[in-house]
Amino acid sequence: MHEFQYTKASDVGQAVGSVSPSGAKFVAGGTTLIDLMKLEVERPKLLVDINGLPLDRIEPEGNGGLKIGALVRNSDLAHDEQVQRLYPVLSQALLSGASPQLRNMATTGGNLLQRTRCYYFRDVNYACNKRNPGSGCSAMEGYNRIHAVLGTSSHCIATHPSDMAVAMMALGATIFMTGPKGDRSIPITKFYLLPGTTPDRENVLAAGEIITHVTLSPPAQNAKSHYLKRRDRASYEFALASAAVIVELDGRKIRKAQVAMGGVGTIPWRSPEAEHELAGAEASERNFRRAAEAALRGAKAHKDNGFKIELAKRTLVRALQTVTQA
Amino acid sequence: MKENPDESPETKKGDSSTKPPSQLSRRTFLGNIATVGIATTAAPLLQVGELDAQQVHQPATDVAEAPATSAGTVPVSLKINGQTKNLQIEPRVTLLDALRENLGLFGTKKGCDHGQCGACTVHINGRRVNSCLTFAIMHQGDEITTVEGLAKNGELHPVQAAFLEHDAFQCGYCTSGQIMSAVALLKEPCGKDADAIRECMSGNICRCGAYNNIVAAVRSVQGGS
Repeated sequence: MHEFQYTKASDVGQAVGSVSPSGAKFVAGGTTLIDLMKLEVERPKLLVDINGLPLDRIEPEGNGGLKIGALVRNSDLAHDEQVQRLYPVLSQALLSGASPQLRNMATTGGNLLQRTRCYYFRDVNYACNKRNPGSGCSAMEGYNRIHAVLGTSSHCIATHPSDMAVAMMALGATIFMTGPKGDRSIPITKFYLLPGTTPDRENVLAAGEIITHVTLSPPAQNAKSHYLKRRDRASYEFALASAAVIVELDGRKIRKAQVAMGGVGTIPWRSPEAEHELAGAEASERNFRRAAEAALRGAKAHKDNGFKIELAKRTLVRALQTVTQA
Repeated sequence: MKENPDESPETKKGDSSTKPPSQLSRRTFLGNIATVGIATTAAPLLQVGELDAQQVHQPATDVAEAPATSAGTVPVSLKINGQTKNLQIEPRVTLLDALRENLGLFGTKKGCDHGQCGACTVHINGRRVNSCLTFAIMHQGDEITTVEGLAKNGELHPVQAAFLEHDAFQCGYCTSGQIMSAVALLKEPCGKDADAIRECMSGNICRCGAYNNIVAAVRSVQGGS
């Protein structure tokens, strides 16, 4: 691991100010960053420890929603009574990710910024447009079983690894940031950037900006939600395909559905196509399958990951079956 | 990965002739076999006890508490198993490496060094974490507990006793991490059936596959608590 200077920030303004020199990075849980520093994928010259900042609270909002600090640990968020009651999909997604130890470390803000598990991104001996823009993509012709089928480009097919972000994508979370130019917020559906020709740019965070908190709107009456994850082993593994679904039922009729998918997209993948199919439809396997077909219509398989397209469809159908059960 | 950094020559100097042979530790034993092997390849094992009396490891805490300043190092104060330890280390030293390399606490194991196996599990402020994925400098003021800090007044922690009782290990390399996870699990919202325990223990990989006995050990403590 390369050498770096370390400083601990005591307030948000100081934290934002101290990353202005290039080569500085914030560290919170460290579970992605320190891993990548060991691999020399990340080589910060300055590490700004933000664990002392007062961003670790989960607070009810006046409108019935929830405000989640960027430093709330994954385990605390997953086991929070309000989250479990109002947003089961979020609790389930969090508990399906990583291990209890990692969830005790990983933070809400950090998880939104989690980096891909693409083998070629993680190995500095390979070409990777995300790590080293313009060097090429080793995954394209390499072993790409875990790679994305949605949102890919000829420059990058790396999968976004987070489960939590998929649930937040379905919930339509709002992300609040602060930085050298002040505070701003953005819907999570506009936070992530498709790889396109610049896979090194993964989100809209500007240099020096930090996520301060995330808000969730109050859940609709009669809304039910569910997260289903499919992977190579029963636990402690990244998704091959996952689905976060929130459904408002009126009898057996779906009034409204919110659908996001994980393990298949270059970003946490919201599917307005599936939502459109489901809105106003009867809750039936046939309609769930139509929604799944719509969600994966634009999917593009590479050499080893074609199985993900059918797996993702079945995962979404199963998740919808589960959430609409009486 | 360095296979056995704890058995490097640096840790085998010093004198603790007061240590009775009956306290011959596994590490000392293995270390001295290596020494004997170098000195006289045919040395009878009986000599090990004598060697033990002559050259047992210097307690590594002494090394740690006499910091030497070198380029890039900074003072770091850690509270480990109730004791404050002052180190002079680089910011890039992980908590795991500080425990093993600087403090001589070899109970915490280095497996994958990337948060994928759980062998390095310790408690920070009562919560289990992977000590390989955090820097020591980030934990000044925190209460750190390692497997060495579980036993109280010579009595094994009930989870340690249960692992012995249920033969919940084979090679033992993952065991301290498994035990640290199991101890933390008792205070977490984890169910009591075998499936729930498997899920709660999923952050600790055992290549020997002692999982059935590990689950049995955890269940026995859950039931008894």
